[in-house]
Parts: sequence; structure tokens; C-alpha cells
Amino acid sequence: MPKPSSHSIASSEITPEHKFLSRRALLAGGMGLAVGQTLGFQGRAWGQDNGAPLTFTRNAEYSVTEAPNSFKDISTYNNYYEFGTDKSDPSEHAQKFRPRPWSVTVDGECEVKGTFDLEDILKPHPLQERIYRMRCVEAWSMVVPWVGFPLGDLIKRFKPTANAKFVKFFTLLDLKQMPGENTSVLDWPYTEGLRMDEAMHPLTLMTVGLYGKVLPNQNGAPLRLIVPWKYGFKGIKAINHIKFVEAMPLTTWAKSAPDEYGFYANVNPAVDHPRWSQATERHIGGSIFDQRRPTLPFNGYATEVASLYSGMNLKKFF
Amino acid sequence: MTATRSTATRFVIKPLVFIACLGPAIHLGLGAFGLWGISLGADPVHTMLHSCGNWALKFLLITLCMTPLRDMTHMLIWQRLRRMLGLFAFFYVILHFTVYIVLDQSGHLNAVWQDIVKRPYITIGMLALILLIPLAVTSTAAMQRRLGRRWTRLHSLIYPIAVLGVWHYWWGVKKDIREPLVFACVLTVLLGYRLYRRYRRYQASVHLPRVATQG
Repeated sequence: MPKPSSHSIASSEITPEHKFLSRRALLAGGMGLAVGQTLGFQGRAWGQDNGAPLTFTRNAEYSVTEAPNSFKDISTYNNYYEFGTDKSDPSEHAQKFRPRPWSVTVDGECEVKGTFDLEDILKPHPLQERIYRMRCVEAWSMVVPWVGFPLGDLIKRFKPTANAKFVKFFTLLDLKQMPGENTSVLDWPYTEGLRMDEAMHPLTLMTVGLYGKVLPNQNGAPLRLIVPWKYGFKGIKAINHIKFVEAMPLTTWAKSAPDEYGFYANVNPAVDHPRWSQATERHIGGSIFDQRRPTLPFNGYATEVASLYSGMNLKKFF
Repeated sequence: MTATRSTATRFVIKPLVFIACLGPAIHLGLGAFGLWGISLGADPVHTMLHSCGNWALKFLLITLCMTPLRDMTHMLIWQRLRRMLGLFAFFYVILHFTVYIVLDQSGHLNAVWQDIVKRPYITIGMLALILLIPLAVTSTAAMQRRLGRRWTRLHSLIYPIAVLGVWHYWWGVKKDIREPLVFACVLTVLLGYRLYRRYRRYQASVHLPRVATQG
């Protein structure tokens, strides 16, 4: 996986191993207690520091070695328009959101359909921690330790048919719980989609946790998508519906501004957003005098995923 | 009476307004270095950039409120504050631009130039800044006297500048245009007032002679 390619990363940025190990030890200590609640999380206690701990293994192969951003940065600075358009809105307005009980409807071009309790969705999948780069289409970036499992493993359980060329995801539509959905800033519910081969790619992560704990509401609890080589808006949050479809789905941002946001949304320094350059990014968490960093093709995951798009004109299919 | 009033303006009201106008800059300056427990969030550069631009527009609109306020209240204090407020608008525009070049673009002038020529919302923002320079330079009382009527004409550039500024903001936001919309509405009212005043004056000038002949 991304041997953090030649783009040099200052040694000071790499988490000192002892720090990382001590965090692991701490988690391990809590694990015995946590097992019972791991998959049947408690439903409350999504407080910022006391999300229920999760049981997981660390997937080093699929983790970058850059230091993750702080929990505070990750959980207080993000886009989640269902709770407002400011980046501080999600953490301020998602606290009353109830990610439990939760069910996910699966339908479309697949043999196994139905509405499933979140527990049933999650049960068979051992969790892994993966430290991924996150590149927002707005030209800022973070490094995030997510906890989840490969989306492909989940998809196989529903036995998609030969007609299933794409997977479409929907966010919960709940005007009471998600105040932003009362505005017309986007077309609700938020929808996203992946081509089947993208969805089955081992890097694509169904995500339930952050920093070893149950995902905070503002980061997309209880179930969200992470596709690390694409711009962050592909990572749809609070998923309650998965649909297998034959035609490429029209996704929320692509519908809202088709000249600015495409279906693929692969991180690409060579294709600018009409209103800003995508060649560089500001990395969150440093000093205000830090230089912008060069943005990497496919966000640094080119070795793994570039072959998915061979022969495609990425300027056209942005 | 007038003397004490203008003394109060000069030594009390103006300094107080001056300090208040510096408030946002001081807040951002302290926050940039995490002093006094002030934080600008996870992306302080973005906060500074956006906040300076926002204050520049607010000060532009506040400046444009001074003449209507004077007309409505018949108090000269508004007139006396106008220059300072206008200069603060310029000050925040310059801060906005400086944060953009030095912190946001890390001083890469080539990237800045690319932005200016390739991205219309930056082009018009840049244009607004350039047009503000002669206004700031000629803002002194001496310049005002020297330029006479031409000063008024030159300074009516503030109207297109304000339009460019709000337009720059409108085009720059990703999707949620509610805030630029508020600025645009306020600006429309303020410009509308000028048109109305002109119309009234025109009417007066047309009607006056007729009244005179009748007499």
C-alpha cells in the first residue's frame, strides 16, 4: 500500500512508535470490557471523548505512516451539510442525532434484498483500523485513523446480479434530526455512488469508527463510506439505503454543480476545480506558516487504483 | 455647544470607534498564534482569509450607511466617521489579500497570478482591491480640498467597488449563498437610496424654476 511515495514526509510528522504503541496498549486494556458492546454499541455515549471503544486489528498494509490529525480536528472540522454548511456546524448540531436504532435497506439488482438491522449488517465483519489520507475537494487535507471493514465483503453478502454495474448510497432523510435538510442548499437525501469495481476495491472502507472508538455523530455515525483516493464528498455519511443499479447514478454534488463535481471525483492535481487549483492542498493541523503540499494523483493511492481507470480520459471523467 | 460636540467626537467617539474597528484584526492576530486562549479552529488560515474578507465587506457597507444616516438623523457625526470606516474597509481588504498571498498560497506568486487570470471571482476581487487604492490615497482632508469636485467623482468609485466585492464573495462560495445574498440585499438598499436621492434632486431642480415663474 501507499509507501508514502517519494514525496518526502518530515520525520517529525511520523507518530513516534512508542506513542502509538502506548495508545494501542490502552485500547487493548479496554478491550476485554468493550467486547460486549463492540458490535452492539450502546447507542448513547457518543460524547466526543467517550465513544464506546471498538475491537479491531490494525491494518498496517493499508495505512499511511503519516501522523494522524488530532481527534479534535477530525471531529470539529468537516463538511456535513445535513447539519449546516459551516465546518463547525456538524460538531455543534449533530449531538442530538440518534444513530441507534438504525436499519439499512438493500435493494435493486441483487438477490438478497431487505431491510436489515445495523447489527446484522455489521456482525460478520471483523473491524480493522486503517490510517488513510483524506483530501477534501476544497483543497485541504487530513490523515484519519478510521475503523471499518471492506465494502466489498459486505456487497458479496447481497449477491449483486450481472446487471449491477453501480452501487448507490443514500443518507438518512430526517428533517427533524438533520436541520440542514430543511434548506434547499442541496437536493436531499444526499446520494453517492461507486462503480462496481470501485466498490469492490479492497481500499474502499465501510466505516463505523474513528480513533478506535464508535464514530462520532458529526463524522457520519453509524455507518459511512470512505474511499481514500477520491475527494471527501464521496464519503457519504449516515447511510440507510444501498441500491445496486445498472446506470451510473446521479450523485448529489454532481447534480448540484455538474461542471464542478463529477461522478468519479478522483483526487487529481492535474484537473482544477473551476474556481480553485487542485494542484496543492493545505494540510490541517500544522502551523499557519506551513507550505501547501503538492496533491498526489489519486491522493497517493495511484499504485493501488490507477489501473481501474486505464484508458479513461480523466479530464473528461473528473 | 458645537465646539464641545466636535471635541467629544474627536477625543472620545472617534478613538472608541477606531478601537472597535480594530477588534476583529486583534482577535484574528491573537487566534493565529493561539494567544489568550483564542482559537481559530482546525484551519486558521481559512478562518483568517474568510474573516478578513467578510469584515472588509461589512466595513464597506457600514461606510455606505453613513450618508443615509446623516440625512435621516441630521447629525454630522456620521459624516465625520465615514473616512475612518472606509479606511478600515481598505485595511481589511489588504489583510485579506496578504493572508491569501502569504499564508494561503505560501507566497507562491506564480500560483497567485494563475488564480487571478484563470478564476473570474479572484479577478474581480483583485479589481476591487486595485480600485480602492486611489480612494485610500486621496482620503485625506488635504486631498479632498485639492481635488474639489473631482474628489466626489473619484470617490463614487466606491459603488462599483462594493458591487465587485459582493460579487467576488458570491462567486467564491461553494454552494451556500445565503450570506452573500444578505450582503447583496443590503448593498441594493444602500445603492437604491442613492438613486432615490438623485431622483428627488432631479425633480427638485426641474420643479424649482416653474415655481419661480409662477411667483
